[in-house]
Amino acid sequence: MYGFGLAKGLMVTLKNFINPPFTTQYPEERLPQHPRFRGEEFAWYEERCTGCASCAKYCPLGIIKIVTSPSETAILEGDKYNIDVFDIDIGRCMFCGLCVEACPYDALFMGSGFERGRYQREELVIGVDELREAVKRPSSWFRPQLEEAQYDPHTGEPLAWEEVGREQWPWHQGEKAGARIDWRPRRGGGEPPEDGA
Amino acid sequence: MGPFLRDNVVFREVYCWLGGSESNAGLCGGADGLLPAGFEWAAYFAAGFAIILILVNGALLGAAAFVWAERRLLARFQSRRGPNRWGPWGVLQPIADLLKLLIKEDIIPHAADRVAFTLVPIIMLMALLLSLAVLPFAKSAYLVNLNIGVLYIVAVSSITTIAIFMAGWSSANKYAMFGAMRGVAMLISYEIPLVLSLVGVVLIAGSMSLVSVVEAQTIPFIIVQPLGALIFMLGISAELNRTPFDILEAESEIIAGYHTEYSGIKFALIQAAEMAGVLAASGFLATLFLGGWSGPFLSGQLGALWFLAKLGFFVFLFIWIRATFPRLRIDQIMAFAWKFLLPLALINIAVTAVQVYFFGFYQAEVPGEITRGELLIMAAINIPLALVSIAAFGRVTREKIRVPAPRFEGLAPIPRTAEVD
Repeated sequence: MYGFGLAKGLMVTLKNFINPPFTTQYPEERLPQHPRFRGEEFAWYEERCTGCASCAKYCPLGIIKIVTSPSETAILEGDKYNIDVFDIDIGRCMFCGLCVEACPYDALFMGSGFERGRYQREELVIGVDELREAVKRPSSWFRPQLEEAQYDPHTGEPLAWEEVGREQWPWHQGEKAGARIDWRPRRGGGEPPEDGA
Repeated sequence: MGPFLRDNVVFREVYCWLGGSESNAGLCGGADGLLPAGFEWAAYFAAGFAIILILVNGALLGAAAFVWAERRLLARFQSRRGPNRWGPWGVLQPIADLLKLLIKEDIIPHAADRVAFTLVPIIMLMALLLSLAVLPFAKSAYLVNLNIGVLYIVAVSSITTIAIFMAGWSSANKYAMFGAMRGVAMLISYEIPLVLSLVGVVLIAGSMSLVSVVEAQTIPFIIVQPLGALIFMLGISAELNRTPFDILEAESEIIAGYHTEYSGIKFALIQAAEMAGVLAASGFLATLFLGGWSGPFLSGQLGALWFLAKLGFFVFLFIWIRATFPRLRIDQIMAFAWKFLLPLALINIAVTAVQVYFFGFYQAEVPGEITRGELLIMAAINIPLALVSIAAFGRVTREKIRVPAPRFEGLAPIPRTAEVD
């Protein structure tokens, strides 16, 4: 019969009409996100950071600016380098995550937020104070230790600097953190490698 | 007082409330009005103004309500939610849209013909409001009972075609011109089956007045005239420039078609005219083919409820069709009008004329009167006829893809210039 195809098309849309809508009402209800989500407000642990600026070197856009000053005490005695400026211009960031990959000390993590919209471009620069004060919910992107712990930044608790490291052996952690911080081994620890030390 | 307004309920009430006196006792029953005698002209003016207020504001509010309903329903057809932020279920969204359009800059292009450009929204809205004048919303609730009502609708609604062409031409924009040219070609083609499909209704009702057409529908004419209803529905949805036939807007091909250059309040008026046009078309469909304000019960002044329900049915149908079908090409649209709708309309006229002659004159005791049983017999003939003729003429519009035979006839022989010994 001629016109059957038209009726079939009408039935398809009618089926959609009867079914519940697909839309999520965003500000009120949110879809669960993947823990590996690469988002804004990078999680940065000052205790782990040595100021080596690997992240700034690896950034393809060159939008990370780090200024350090040597502290007056030796590294093993106490402070490492002071980090005076740590600016990330997320207005130009493309969230590739190469800075996180480059970080040799597991000090920088991708964030899990996506709502840091601003009206001025200048306000899109994340400074060192904001990084210090931010709630540390690191994304598990390129951080297998967080994946193994099955950490979800969207639902889990904020993590402290001792909990996010990749290293298994206590002396390594202590060396990296610097002697100033009162450190004791947490959960397990592990043995140093045979040929190490 | 002219004979046109005498039957209108609203007019009569307002007129008699204000200016009743001995001089118009025939209309008002001799009761005294608020105004002293001799001021009947003021009452006449006020009563006319009241009707105009109701009609114009009703049409524009209806357009706003239709915009909301269409966006909500279209969203639901596409598994979305639609506007739901302003007011409960987003009912204030059209008002927000209107406010936005009101405060937008009203741009007239430098090369445009200013007079024609400015006239377009006015003409479009005027044509729409004029066509509402003959529509009976309930028993005795119409502005005019024209004895050529059907002809009047067709005549007035085709003014829109001129407005569209004016818009395209005066914008000095090639996309507007494309849209207008396509639109005029399509609208004029669809006028013909549209008018011819109404002839059957007029033949059966024996009158062109919409009030008489409603009163003649002892059973809805959509059963008696299935072909006519189908053709009118398709034709008027082409006249409304809605999605299966929206080649003159075609936002994915030519920016916005004929109203590319319009902005601000002019754009709002054009949109309002288009949206209220859907309501008017649904109203005509309900009046001509579904019995208008008459129903099995509540058939008096409360017949407006029946009218609104039938109008809502057709509005839903228009939105459903818009949500479903993709835009047709211009050649498909033309083929559909000329090869499919036009022959069906001619068949419908011929068969209906024979039936009306047989039942109404050849066999009838009262000439021109067709009883309910005879209408049912006509329906029993016309419905199978509609199916058969749709099947027969549906083949015509089906696209035949002829792959031309390859015309390769071998390489040309290499000319021999010299014999080899």
